[in-house]
Amino acid sequence: MRQMIRDHWRGFLFGTRTSYGLIFTTALYLLLIAIGFVYLYPLLFMFVTSLKSPADLLNPMVQWVPTELYMGNYVKAFRVLDYPKTFWSSVLISVVPSVIQAAVCSVIGYGLARYRFPGKGLIFALILATFIIPAQNTVIPQMLTYRRLGLLGHIAALILPASAGQGFNSAIFILIFYQTFLSLPKVLEEAARLDGASDLEIFVRIGLPAAVPAFVISIIFSTVWYWNETYLTVIFLEGGLQSLPMQLSKFVQAYENLYPPGVVNIFDRLNEAVKLSGTFLNILPLLVMYFILQKWFVESVERSGITGE
Amino acid sequence: MKGRPAPAGRGIRPSLREALHGYGFVMLWIVGFVIFTAAPLIQTFVYSLNRVTVEATGITYEFVRWANYSRALFTDPTFVELLIGYVIETLVSLPIILIFSMIIALFLNLDFRFKGLFRTIFFLPVVITSGPVIQELTAQGATSVPGITNTGAVAAFLAELPSYLRNPVEYLLTSFILILWFSGVQILIYLSSLQKVDKSIYEAAAIDGASAWESFWKITLPSLSTTTLIIAIYTIIVLSHFSENKVVKYIYGQTYAVEGGIGYSSAMSFVYFLVLVMLLALVFLVLRFRARERTG
Repeated sequence: MRQMIRDHWRGFLFGTRTSYGLIFTTALYLLLIAIGFVYLYPLLFMFVTSLKSPADLLNPMVQWVPTELYMGNYVKAFRVLDYPKTFWSSVLISVVPSVIQAAVCSVIGYGLARYRFPGKGLIFALILATFIIPAQNTVIPQMLTYRRLGLLGHIAALILPASAGQGFNSAIFILIFYQTFLSLPKVLEEAARLDGASDLEIFVRIGLPAAVPAFVISIIFSTVWYWNETYLTVIFLEGGLQSLPMQLSKFVQAYENLYPPGVVNIFDRLNEAVKLSGTFLNILPLLVMYFILQKWFVESVERSGITGE
Repeated sequence: MKGRPAPAGRGIRPSLREALHGYGFVMLWIVGFVIFTAAPLIQTFVYSLNRVTVEATGITYEFVRWANYSRALFTDPTFVELLIGYVIETLVSLPIILIFSMIIALFLNLDFRFKGLFRTIFFLPVVITSGPVIQELTAQGATSVPGITNTGAVAAFLAELPSYLRNPVEYLLTSFILILWFSGVQILIYLSSLQKVDKSIYEAAAIDGASAWESFWKITLPSLSTTTLIIAIYTIIVLSHFSENKVVKYIYGQTYAVEGGIGYSSAMSFVYFLVLVMLLALVFLVLRFRARERTG
């Protein structure tokens, strides 16, 4: 009896074949919480600082808990970012190219996965190359062309490359669709062919329904990447559409236009709390989207089978 | 492509017919590649051999052969310095990202409660890492390990180090969280390939008396070697394309600068591209060699 109890306790603490045991579990949680804290530290810091009033910022006693919920920073940042307008242009320049890019990449991925033709290896190598080639090696001629055509600052400058499978990170999405269509059984296709369906009909009726998860993943990832992309957008859209990150990168200048430093009183000077409020407003839409769609983000790799190669 | 294949099409060999249809699907990409990647790439290379002036009336070229390249590599002190810094920072970050994402993936592959919550936390940065956001956070000191960089002892220690060691260490201290933030996609890829490892191998090993530690080194790690290679290459590319990358920023700044210009920045872009390819090749060879050693 005593032996049994001792075994039970030993199992409880150190684990058995079927469970990890208390010590291991506690250590695991502590470690994950500690790493998780370090991981989220910049976000917590940003959020807390953005709520500090100018007095709290100067007060060395106030570290993590502001003395009051001060929303003034957000009011200012909202105005400086010209939020409603930049928000909608951000939505526009991230969603529209993403949807087009996903549609095009599905066609390309289908062709690569379902047909045998010479030169496929070369195409794969070139697709990989488009992923490796840095943007600055190709943007200047494109920018000058768009300028000649009067498309600079217009969303078309982002849509055109995306609609030919050359958008931002297109290579990844082509691979995702390639993997998806590769796993589709050939039998379905042959049956449809016997019924007299053309290749295009087979793609639309059999291919596309099987690729719904790939579409969701491609569109949400691509939306996030386009939203956060500033290198291409600054070059292609300057003088036209203003996205949130673009506006954030000119925050100081925009702030001083609204609140000229010589004119406003000392509490309305630009401080880090206002800047971080702007940063938080910038990522807020993505955070909301992330928490709504988190299943799709977190399980995306398993669903898309991107590691299949 | 549209509608049913024409009756005449039935006469041609099936393999040719299949190939033609395949090209039909891929054609858009080939056209796009020529227009949006190959042509601008060649054009940029032409720029890099010229002094390019953009005026309202048009663009004028003055052929200077390799002068832009020799200026980037031998005359411009900033560019080479930034390039070396980039190589060092990438080589410092890469193992940290690989090891960190592998450890987190191993943790998240265990069975415990609130796993979903932790997954959500570790994947969060993927959603929010844009250049300006990172820039703001770094400027406010939010990305360094809390409370370490401000301590006097650390500053004194740093001052003692020779500069070739100090820069990487300083980078590590000030951007530690940032480096970890680049691990999101990597964690997911590791996680999914961990889940593909056949469970029965572990059971067989346990019956043969292998400890968890031994099965990690003998089973888990070797089965992750291909994944590690993919992740390493992905990581290098993401770090090199990031818009806050100092070399990228410098090249961008020089494009519009009076003393720089399009020709000069194009030459720097190609030097940078070459260094990136060499880095990829180096990491590829090292990891491939190690992978073969393990399995062989």
